[in-house]
Amino acid sequence: MKIVVAIKQVPDRDAPVRIAADGKWIEERELQWAMNEPDAYALEEALQLKEKHGGEVIVLSAGPERVGSTIREALAKGADRAIHIVCDDLGAGAGGGLRNFDALGVARLLAEAIKPESPDLVLTGLQSEDLGLCQTGVILAELLGLPHATLILHVEKTDAGLKVKRELEEGWFQSIEMPLPAVLAMQSGGNKLRYATLMGIKRAKTKELRAVNAAELGVEAAPVATLEQISAPKKQKSTQMLGGSAKEAATALVEKLKTEARVL
Amino acid sequence: MSVLLVLEQSGGKVSRLSWEALAAAHRLAPAQEITAVVIGAETDALAAEAAAKSVGKVVRVEHPLLKTYTADGYSKALHQLIQGQSPGQIVFPHTYQVRDYAPALACRMGQVLIGDVTGIADGPVFMRQLLQGRLNGSYRHSGNGPCFVSVQAGAFRADSVETQGNAAPAPIELFTPALDAAQIRTVPSEPFRESAQTVDLGSAQRIVSVGRGIKGAENLPLIEALAGALGAELAASRPICDNGWMPMERQVGSSGQTVAPKLYLAVGISGAIQHLVGMKGSQCIVAINKDPDAPIFEVADYGIAGDLFEVVPALTEAVKAAKQ
Ligand SMILES: Cc1cc2nc3c(=O)[nH]c(=O)nc-3n(C[C@H](O)[C@H](O)[C@H](O)COP(=O)(O)OP(=O)(O)OC[C@H]3O[C@@H](n4cnc5c(N)ncnc54)[C@H](O)[C@@H]3O)c2cc1C
Ligand SMILES: Nc1ncnc2c1ncn2[C@@H]1O[C@H](COP(=O)(O)O)[C@@H](O)[C@H]1O
Repeated sequence: MKIVVAIKQVPDRDAPVRIAADGKWIEERELQWAMNEPDAYALEEALQLKEKHGGEVIVLSAGPERVGSTIREALAKGADRAIHIVCDDLGAGAGGGLRNFDALGVARLLAEAIKPESPDLVLTGLQSEDLGLCQTGVILAELLGLPHATLILHVEKTDAGLKVKRELEEGWFQSIEMPLPAVLAMQSGGNKLRYATLMGIKRAKTKELRAVNAAELGVEAAPVATLEQISAPKKQKSTQMLGGSAKEAATALVEKLKTEARVL
Repeated sequence: MSVLLVLEQSGGKVSRLSWEALAAAHRLAPAQEITAVVIGAETDALAAEAAAKSVGKVVRVEHPLLKTYTADGYSKALHQLIQGQSPGQIVFPHTYQVRDYAPALACRMGQVLIGDVTGIADGPVFMRQLLQGRLNGSYRHSGNGPCFVSVQAGAFRADSVETQGNAAPAPIELFTPALDAAQIRTVPSEPFRESAQTVDLGSAQRIVSVGRGIKGAENLPLIEALAGALGAELAASRPICDNGWMPMERQVGSSGQTVAPKLYLAVGISGAIQHLVGMKGSQCIVAINKDPDAPIFEVADYGIAGDLFEVVPALTEAVKAAKQ
């Protein structure tokens, strides 16, 4: 199976974020970056499918220069080669260098890079941790004219195509059968993620990493939905913050729970 | 401009989230300009339910091939309906089903979905969360086509939606899309559950819930000791269950259990919306998190901004001391 995995680089979950001076995105300098979590699961599923059925895993990522580190990580984990759609000339914007592209624009870029590869399967994450648009994979399927399914935890190859396990709300699941080629948006948690080995990291340096300039793909940046401003959320409740040392805060909390909230 | 509102059913009734989406639609247009859409193979009961609410009209999109949900069936049928009208906005509840097909439907019309909207300001300007709730973003739609919007669970109040009162129910129209079986490329199975639930967190009085801040399964005894002292049940955020550190039946949130104890103590949990929807109804919420800006503090009654590895043992001691 020839599998393309779309991977986005996002701010590290534990990195503190600050709103940039123009109020339109976060300050990207000095930020730590990581592979979007569901994309790591998509990669893991692709690598396991390859181990079972043979074929090739190609990583695809759109973003500025820094995205290279996440691509290398994917190659170190076992992907065979990578395509980097370079778009740093668009200004550091929403989702990293992609301010002028909305979900449709990004999906068009990805689709143009995927078409010449004619893969059997395209995997994306369900949702990006920064923008959380939750739709790039579905749009990609529409643009490529392929069937799709979302919230997928597990993929099984059958004679007719695929049988996938889809998560529903409140602990329910369903399976879906579909022909190949197809696009799947993967949910986190279906597998155990592997670590890159030292050997893998070494070999990643020799693997093909092809850079394509976004402009070469002939996709016009004409967003229909634009992020105008970002702000810190407002509190829904008035939270009493308890300060002091750990011991002081703990004692104060127990007192409040007993006498004020009366839940102890 | 008119608004098309796509309702979803749950157990044969229009779902609560759909009425929340109607409340959002009322922010965009007066009731007479809202068309509620029900979709399926047999929609008469749903349509009657919708017609009793404050909407201008109800459309039944009906076809035998819409009996079970498929992304192909729903997006093709709704695309045909929308082409015949020219709504300003198309509003959905942000459910697993909607996120599975609405982006494809929007794409077909050269649009994107402004998804998981938490608020609507004049303009209209749509608010949604970024970075898992750590920031908010305001979005605006431009261009000629309809604006696709889905509404986050709990963001608008379903009980604010009025009924038609003494007036006659809204008129109901039937729309039969042209579909054939070959266009539907996926075959879904009946929903199933993995295993029987043996813990009922729903009836627990006190819950201590742990998140990724705990770092590793080897640190869980710290949390167990606190739960023991409080006489509380243990629960967790999703990544803890994904990692197998706790069984999935102890997961709280949209894909786990919904709980409403007297006391919910969240330890090292950031407060993503999918977690919040499962515990927001708790009587008293306490959060312990080293990040003072973590979204969990937005819903907490009491908060301690600190390192759980210091705070939790201190709290266990304080609880024990208070009991003596
Ligand atoms: C479709 C879908 C369904 C989902 N369903 C669910 C669901 O049912 N339930 C659920 O929980 N999630 C669900 N999620 C996942 C959800 O989006 C979040 O990713 C998840 O809730 C995050 O878990 P967390 O807060 O434990 O981890 P993180 O977001 O990683 O947060 C860890 C927190 O710990 C804090 N921390 C770190 N170290 C310390 C320390 N030493 N002391 C104190 N604090 C510390 C950090 O500041 C941070 O706030 C779902 C996601 C999707 C897309
Ligand atoms: N810039 C990008 N490069 C590669 N893949 C992306 C990019 N943006 C989004 N994706 C993919 O689309 C998924 C969903 O993203 P989103 O629609 O932003 O929530 C992600 O998990 C990625 O797999």
